[in-house]
Amino acid sequence: MLNDFLAILRDPNAQWIMIGCMLLGLSSGMIGCFAYLRKQSLMGDTLAHAALPGICIAFMLTGAKSILLFMVGAGLAGIAATFGISWITRYSKLKSDAAMGIVLTGFFGIGIVLLTQIQHSGSGNQSGLDKFLFGQAASMIGSDVRTMLIVSLFLTLACWLLFKELKLVSFDPGFARGLGYPVVFLDQLLMFFMVIAVVIGIQAVGVVLVAALLITPAVSARYWTDRLGVMLVLAGVFGALSGAVGTLLSASAPNMPTGPLTVLAAALLFSISLLAGPSKGLIAKRLQHLRARREHLAERRAGAAPSREVRG
Amino acid sequence: MHNPLTVNGLSAAYQKKPVLDNVSFQVNGGELIGIIGPNGAGKSTLIKTILGLIPRLSGEVTVFGKPYSSQRKLIGYVPQRESVDWDFPTNALDVVLMGRYGRLGWFRRPGLDDKRLAMECLAKVGMADYAGRQISQLSGGQQQRVFLARALAQDARLYLMDEPFAGVDAATEKAIITLLQELKKQEKTVIVVHHDLSTVKEYFDSVLLLNVTLQAYGPTETVFTAANLNRTYGGRLGFLERLGHMDPFSAEGR
Repeated sequence: MLNDFLAILRDPNAQWIMIGCMLLGLSSGMIGCFAYLRKQSLMGDTLAHAALPGICIAFMLTGAKSILLFMVGAGLAGIAATFGISWITRYSKLKSDAAMGIVLTGFFGIGIVLLTQIQHSGSGNQSGLDKFLFGQAASMIGSDVRTMLIVSLFLTLACWLLFKELKLVSFDPGFARGLGYPVVFLDQLLMFFMVIAVVIGIQAVGVVLVAALLITPAVSARYWTDRLGVMLVLAGVFGALSGAVGTLLSASAPNMPTGPLTVLAAALLFSISLLAGPSKGLIAKRLQHLRARREHLAERRAGAAPSREVRG
Repeated sequence: MHNPLTVNGLSAAYQKKPVLDNVSFQVNGGELIGIIGPNGAGKSTLIKTILGLIPRLSGEVTVFGKPYSSQRKLIGYVPQRESVDWDFPTNALDVVLMGRYGRLGWFRRPGLDDKRLAMECLAKVGMADYAGRQISQLSGGQQQRVFLARALAQDARLYLMDEPFAGVDAATEKAIITLLQELKKQEKTVIVVHHDLSTVKEYFDSVLLLNVTLQAYGPTETVFTAANLNRTYGGRLGFLERLGHMDPFSAEGR
């Protein structure tokens, strides 16, 4: 088993894929922290699903499969989706969860219609576009990984530089605006970061699952710390770890898809965090309760003894 | 010497429904001012519109003689406690440090001096021992004190506070009012949205009675009268008085 993994690690192609998935997990995990704390976890899912028609239109217009063009298409579609959501919530009585549900499925529907059209158009170059539904990390090549590397570095650097700003806007946007911070701009910037995290993730994990890389590592990290900085680092580590485990598992057996396995690894990390997280985990909570109960009972017993004075 | 705050013809609306209509007043320096009015009278809206958090329909706000936007550093703000998620991964000291963010500029992190000042502010509200405490582990009153400490860290000259006394126990209320009087001694001006009519006479130099439009504004002893209150609360106050829930005119005994 271990030899299998080592053999995979020596294969340059597998190395690319693994590095790509790890970088993806790292940057998505960090950006996901802010999305989660701004209560916009579902926004990642909306942006991902909205990206599909954007990618299809970009392909139909140019006939090229370029990750940069797809990013532009997905970004524009993401902007259209967020406008749709804020328009619905402003002019109807619907809350944002309902609006997101409608916009997400609507865009995805358009995406599937366009994808079907493309696949039957017979232009010859269309093969592989359907991989965006569930992703295919194995199809990533050196240039894809280089794009991922640049984008991940950019996102990590942005999180580090704008840590103070994003933290304040996530915690107390009203106060931030009172201080003169451009809250709307920072909001849109965060949305932009989410869009590019989603777009580089789509190739590996697919539109359906990519939101998991934004949400799951961030929520898992929250179980281990009460400090935002630590949470960001942990979420990045959890994301990268999920990427590594996903690639290794998929390469060690036939017919194992990398993207879904990466998501499953992240879900496993979440389960562990939920159970074993210090102070907030289920086990720690149970132990705290038992300890409190034991102390309470011991006190009561001591209180019943005649030597103890009752204080008024 | 300019007035700390001049508001001229300020109007604001939530989706066509006017919540503030043509409000004008001028605040004297070094006073504690209470904003009083029934629910939905636009008290919070007034503060938020002054701060530019809600777009105004019309009107002008000047702070120490200049437009608000160029004077942000002179203004401290205490939002309502419920306006944020206290489960956020941060501690009390960190929240107080946010009061320094307005002076730091882009990308820069708070330094040692900022931390020292934030600790002093925590000490002033009696929370020095809780600096490292996760904010969800604080009681409601302690959270309110952290918000006040954050406003102190802004080192402002004009403070706007949105219901700082809401849902706090007697000890915290006492701590807050002591602090407000301390600020007043330092010639700072503090405007407070307030609900408890029984403490108005004791706490504030001036009151501003608001119900969408400005009902009355001036020194507490001349403006805080039964006639003005009845007009502001639209007669509902008499009902409350008969029930004995509140009697604004027996505050002298406190």
